[in-house]
Amino acid sequence: MPRTVQGLAAPFPVHNVDTDVIMPKRFLVTINRSGLADGVLADLRFDEAGQPQPGFVLNQPPWNQASILIVGDNFGCGSSREHAVWGLKQYGINGIIGTSFAGIFFDNARKNGLALPKVTPSLRDELVRLAQSSSPLELSINLETRKLHFADQIADFSMDDATQVALLEDRDDTLDSLQQRELILKYERRLTDKMLVSVIK
Amino acid sequence: MSRTLYDKLVDAHKVCDLPDGDILVYVDFHIMNEYTSPQAFSGLDEKGLSVWRPEAHLALVDHVNSTSQREPHDAASKVLIDNLEANCRQHNIAFYGLGDPRQGIEHVVVPEQGLVSPGMLIACGDSHTTTYGAFGALGFGIGTSEVEHVLATQTLRYQRLKTMLVNVEGQLTPGVTAKDIIMKVVQVVGAGGANGYAVEFAGDAIFAQTMSGRMTICNMAVELGGRAALIAADAKAYEAAAGRVHSAQLHFDTEVWKSDDDAEYDTVFNIDAASIPPLVSWGTSPDQSVAIDGHVPKIDTAISPKAKAALERALDYMGLEPGQPVTDIRIDRAFIGSCTNSRIEDLRAAAHVVQGRQVAQHVNAIIVPGSIFTKMQAEEEGLDTIFREAGFDWRSESGCSMCLAMNDDVAMDGERIASSTNRNFEGRQGRGARTHLMSPAMVAAAAISGHLADVRDFEKEAS
Repeated sequence: MPRTVQGLAAPFPVHNVDTDVIMPKRFLVTINRSGLADGVLADLRFDEAGQPQPGFVLNQPPWNQASILIVGDNFGCGSSREHAVWGLKQYGINGIIGTSFAGIFFDNARKNGLALPKVTPSLRDELVRLAQSSSPLELSINLETRKLHFADQIADFSMDDATQVALLEDRDDTLDSLQQRELILKYERRLTDKMLVSVIK
Repeated sequence: MSRTLYDKLVDAHKVCDLPDGDILVYVDFHIMNEYTSPQAFSGLDEKGLSVWRPEAHLALVDHVNSTSQREPHDAASKVLIDNLEANCRQHNIAFYGLGDPRQGIEHVVVPEQGLVSPGMLIACGDSHTTTYGAFGALGFGIGTSEVEHVLATQTLRYQRLKTMLVNVEGQLTPGVTAKDIIMKVVQVVGAGGANGYAVEFAGDAIFAQTMSGRMTICNMAVELGGRAALIAADAKAYEAAAGRVHSAQLHFDTEVWKSDDDAEYDTVFNIDAASIPPLVSWGTSPDQSVAIDGHVPKIDTAISPKAKAALERALDYMGLEPGQPVTDIRIDRAFIGSCTNSRIEDLRAAAHVVQGRQVAQHVNAIIVPGSIFTKMQAEEEGLDTIFREAGFDWRSESGCSMCLAMNDDVAMDGERIASSTNRNFEGRQGRGARTHLMSPAMVAAAAISGHLADVRDFEKEAS
């Protein structure tokens, strides 16, 4: 992943946006990872007839070009569905700036190269204000320095080390963890028979 | 050094430290469903990987299947169901599919089958995996990429959480259940209040709960953001884990699975059990709840503009008037089911309220047992007759059904549902559908009354 995520920021300061809202269930009955862009925030973006809701921020210029969202507290709560993250990426969102994210959503984002910088509530509110103003807010998230660059300002964000490294390296965690094969086998050898689950078929 | 139960569980499952700050933890048991696992299996195939320990996994169908008929209700759900079965066959994994007497909602089936025991680490591609904390086991939800990771390595990359203790001391008053306890906790801590925390529940009101009640409490801990929920393993927990199909083969005895007496927590909340009323949610977040004899919140001029906007948004979606008495809220549907409240104890509590009464004319009321085993047990006890005679639709099959409306049970735009489930999110039970969360007995009371109703009034009448 490049060291910076750059783009236009859209304000979406609603609290407790859950993954049911981010990716409604009718898009989940699939065995694929692809084709989920249309599902992103579908009940807010579209009316029942499938027509765009003109009042919704992502349907309005310039925010229909946004690749970064500034969001409310506790974004991504609820269901574990990774489809929410897949869809956001496919729709073109590469960074989401908020004060707090639900745990499973945060981990899913990391696995898919979606950067989730955490900022203070006051900085988030300031970013929302700037993003809502008449001139588009161009923003850059520097993953290496953990700083946001916007409107001639620089501000810190927080991100744990492991998430930062995972995003920068664009690593396949499964293949990387398999390098610990010997240690996993060693751990298993310490387990008694009664600690090794064997599900009856 | 003294440790919390959470610390002990993480320590016991640590395989190694990784260079960037994660640790690798061993997953004793992994559960899969048909909707969050397909892309994990295709990930394995794309990378040419095999399953590390196939016998440590169980796959079952629960999210998309119809509960009124055994056959898939549409082509898309059939693809998911068939895909899971084929993946399990290919990788030699146990599969409890439709028609199997062991099938049901994953978090109901696992304890029934004796596949949870104190001291285990259990992962599943479902956020309500926190349920297993009721047994002093570390259960947590994972995404599909992590499902692939567990399949291939039997481990997960993990970061240690902060710890929160929620003490619920004292005695509950009549009509108040485990569901009300956890709804109160969500209300006090807030919907995201436990993000980044493992939440341990303690206090005499918690230990007085049956295992079913403890599971309800741990199940909904994810609604306050807890990535893990825990209750110390006591005699009741060991008893519930014993005598089931898989029990004899499981024993994790490397630790005493409770926090040390002087263990310290990052945050502590204290709640007085006697102060908890029967609760119902009024809004679109699980922390927006109010006593059944209370009122929908008023839009107070003293609150911040941001809070006011959030309140107005929720009231608008829910179609409620500020200050309206809660018991005036008329319902269209009643739903008893879900991994939160569909166990035999929940069905008995609902039947107790329903017995000898009739569902209101305009209410469509359904009950979906948590598993086929639960269904058979309920039918042996005659609960199905009580429900049917009252006008409930007693379902023949088991699954998540209208909790998340991924099957053919979808509420219509504007319909209002009294629901024993876990999430009242916008659109959760259908686009534009309005969910009120409450205990199963309270759903039963609402179904009969035709509007949200105080279960305590029913108790009075009955006695």
